[in-house]
Amino acid sequence: MGDPASSIVKLACRNIWKVYGDNPGQYFNTNQDHVSDPAATLEKIIQGNHIPAAADVSFDVHEGEIFVIMGLSGSGKSTMVRCLSRLVEPTAGEIILGDIDLLKANDEELIEIRRHKMGMVFQSFGLLPHLSVLDNVAFPLKIQNIGEAERRRKAAEMIELVGLSGREDAFPRQLSGGQQQRVGIARSLAVEPELWFLDEPFSALDPLIRRQMQDEFVRLQTMLHKTIVFITHDFLEALKLADRIAIMKDGQVVQIGTPAEIVLNPATSYVAEFTSDVPLVRVITCGSIMVPATQDLDHSIIARPDTTLEELLPGFSGRVEPIPVVSDDELVGMVTPADVLQALAESEAKASQK
Amino acid sequence: MSNGRASQRPSALKTGFAPWLFLGVGTILCLLAVDVAPWLKEYPENWVIPLSDGITAAASWFVDNFKWAFRGISWLLNWPMWGVQSVLQWLPWPLTIAFFAIFAHRYGSFRLALFTSLALGYMAVVGYWSESMNTLALVTLSVPLSISIGLALGIVAFKSERTDRVIQPTLDLMQTIPAFAYLIPILFLFGFGPVVGLISSAIFAIPPMVRNTILGLKQVPPAVLESGIMSGCTPRQRFWQVELPTALPQIMIGVNQSTMAALSMVIIAAIIGGFDDIGWEVLSTMRKAQFGNSLLAGMVIALLAMILDRLSWALANQQNVPNRPRDSLISRYKHSFIALAAFIVITILAQLLPAFATYPDAWVFYPADSLNEFVNYIVRNYWSVMESIKNNTLFFIMLPLRNGLSVAINPFTWGFEVTPVMIWGYAIATTLLTLWLYLRKSWRHATGAAVFALFLFFGTTGTPWPVFIGITTLVAYQAGGRRVALFAFFSMAFMLINGLWHPVMLSVYLCGTAVLLSIILGGLIGIWAAHNDTVSSIIRPINDTLQTMPQFVLLIPVLMLFRVGEFSALLAVIAYAIVPPIRYFEHGLRSVPTEIVEAARQMGCTPRQMLFEVKLPLALPVIMLGLNQAIMYGLGMLVIAAMVGTQGLGQQIFLALGKADMGRGIVTGLSMALVAMVADRILQAYSRKRQEALGL
Repeated sequence: MGDPASSIVKLACRNIWKVYGDNPGQYFNTNQDHVSDPAATLEKIIQGNHIPAAADVSFDVHEGEIFVIMGLSGSGKSTMVRCLSRLVEPTAGEIILGDIDLLKANDEELIEIRRHKMGMVFQSFGLLPHLSVLDNVAFPLKIQNIGEAERRRKAAEMIELVGLSGREDAFPRQLSGGQQQRVGIARSLAVEPELWFLDEPFSALDPLIRRQMQDEFVRLQTMLHKTIVFITHDFLEALKLADRIAIMKDGQVVQIGTPAEIVLNPATSYVAEFTSDVPLVRVITCGSIMVPATQDLDHSIIARPDTTLEELLPGFSGRVEPIPVVSDDELVGMVTPADVLQALAESEAKASQK
Repeated sequence: MSNGRASQRPSALKTGFAPWLFLGVGTILCLLAVDVAPWLKEYPENWVIPLSDGITAAASWFVDNFKWAFRGISWLLNWPMWGVQSVLQWLPWPLTIAFFAIFAHRYGSFRLALFTSLALGYMAVVGYWSESMNTLALVTLSVPLSISIGLALGIVAFKSERTDRVIQPTLDLMQTIPAFAYLIPILFLFGFGPVVGLISSAIFAIPPMVRNTILGLKQVPPAVLESGIMSGCTPRQRFWQVELPTALPQIMIGVNQSTMAALSMVIIAAIIGGFDDIGWEVLSTMRKAQFGNSLLAGMVIALLAMILDRLSWALANQQNVPNRPRDSLISRYKHSFIALAAFIVITILAQLLPAFATYPDAWVFYPADSLNEFVNYIVRNYWSVMESIKNNTLFFIMLPLRNGLSVAINPFTWGFEVTPVMIWGYAIATTLLTLWLYLRKSWRHATGAAVFALFLFFGTTGTPWPVFIGITTLVAYQAGGRRVALFAFFSMAFMLINGLWHPVMLSVYLCGTAVLLSIILGGLIGIWAAHNDTVSSIIRPINDTLQTMPQFVLLIPVLMLFRVGEFSALLAVIAYAIVPPIRYFEHGLRSVPTEIVEAARQMGCTPRQMLFEVKLPLALPVIMLGLNQAIMYGLGMLVIAAMVGTQGLGQQIFLALGKADMGRGIVTGLSMALVAMVADRILQAYSRKRQEALGL
């Protein structure tokens, strides 16, 4: 499909469990790689007054992909991102980053991995109140004992990147929420991580600022091509930013798919509740409804596989012939007005059934 | 309070009224039996188990065997002490003032610099410069000592849960045992002299530092911690570069509180250490009844306290200013340059002009005599007014609460004799009131009225001890459950067995009376301040000043006007204990959620209804904390007030101090701490309960 990310798996998360309680280890056999019967284990955990914050979660994050974990509060999404960064120790499972088994890394190795491979942005910013903007951004470099000149240069570059030039000497308390989160973003990028975690980065911001920051984020990603795990409770934000979305509920993944797949085929009624209000034109992409090109097409208007119908529709004003779909300068298919109508009608019908 | 009277009454017997009925019957039996069994009223002397003797023996053994180590510490501390004192005495007085002013300007404002200069100038002008510098030397040394120890202990307690479990109750004890009580063992271990003042004040100033360090470290937001981890901090980097700097503002508040504690203790220690410092000056003039002199010296203490408070506060709140490399060297180190220049100029001047080296005696303005005359004039002219205030308070409030109406009423005080008819009348009236309250309000109101009537009749000291213990334990149980009740019971048993029941009751009475009056007066002021911004802005600096003032300075004006006696002690305790009620009443009333106030106003509440039906009930938990604080302050002041002749635990501690009786000192100090802690636990538990019930 129209997935811009490569198919190389950057981060693999296999059967992760995180159980809270007096003795969570009792439910897991240390000799076994993963739990043979997840449903039964989950039942046992709940019976035993333990809390399963994450239950048998598996997914792959591809290189250069924005992978969004979406869920409401208490769904385990925050626990999951903390398991991936090992801020929280998973009770069972396996996490592979590139060729490193993350859960087997010892403390020193983990510090090295965090220093060079990971960056993280927090909902409440997590800025150090006693350091200026510049020193906050330079902090990850400072603790690696990188020289002052080098880290000032690098930090200034990052501050420029997030559009905060001129505020280097300010302190966090003097900045607005949006500006503080820009600092947080700059700091997390300062070490040029391969893997970028964002834990509800925009949830604490006003709606207007939030939209600006989302656009900013998309702009950054088109420049940087990081592998991203993005946590949010906002379904529309997930649709807007994600290459793929995992929806979580009660510690379990309910559905994984591209935004269009999830909106068009919600796996459960729970997912359908989120999707019911989503305007379909915003989600359905040309890639998902195109047919092979059978005729010579007028290239005055073209679409890409990830062009949404909302963006495509104006092209059909005063035009009845199909619009070509082009990816990397190559013709991959075409979309006819009839296809558009049919897709909308079908998914509308599906949505009303749910 | 009562959420639906109708639903409450049927189940009242189950919800806690039944034990009160039992207790009531027990009380009546007790009162009837007092004549046949006098031990019910007065705990017999030969039942006393002298724990203090054992403690004295154990402590002497410890002192005999380990004294050398502590004396060694004393000897070591003597040197820096001598050094700092010599330097401060040698420094030309204008230079010291200049240094303080420059510091105040650097970390505070121009106004602070001006205030600091004027305050220090006062010390020179009245001729107390040398004494002030000696006191300052003690503080200068003890503060860094307690700050570093406190910081280290706080970090250890934060890192290790087990240490925390030991440290927290120790801090509780250290802060509730009156400082005088542990002066005795310190004297034995460290010997006499100014160093004892240094050591005791360092010890006394440790707890606030530990508490604020722990608090600050615990308050570091998780996101800040996680961002540190995700940046790849090693555990050491995480602590020194993330946790500690983030906790610094709170830790600096600890520095401020520590400084104030050290100063107040330095002055207390002067009472025993007795060397040439300002605390000693106040005390010796007070003893000679030269109140004008002690007021002048007391002002020095008050000013010193304000300077140290404002300066350390400014230091704690300083805004970190980014270091811009483009700033020139001179503008970056402006204050250091000025200080250096002042040093050079004034040192040279001091060589040429002796007036710059030491403040000349001829310039001293010491208006003690005129002050004394002024006071005498006031006392002479308003004698009758002041006497009548004093006597009325004594006869109609203090005596009844202490000895009970049964004793307090006599021809000399109230102008008539208590007759059996009156006693029966009182009993019948009380019973009728209680019944009426039970039927119209709730059993709680009725019980409260009955208990109050009982205390009013027999007085705190006249109430049989089993009754007092029973009532307190039951209150503790209903407020805080079994643990609080057991704690209260065993604490009281401890005092009883040690033969301290009578002094304890005297202290409870004096402190209770003072707190009661503080709550009434402070409550009214607090309510007023909550509704009037002007009042609030006038009251606030007065409160601040009363709180920064080392406690015994408050004694001076009271003694000037009313001389030595219980009434003066009461006023001094009130002056100190009134601050928390004012603050908490105002804070509690002001923090009632706006939407609730608006809803009530919209429903048509009159201002009075708003206050009594809406605001006060919602502010109650906060007010209870204020009451709690008032009790702590009152008990703390009680020991100081004992210096001007009150009876009770404070007096016992002074007796022990005078006889150097370690065991008695420790047991008495512990009893005082236990009184404070029992009151604290009960009120905290009640406040928490109310807070939960209100969902705040």
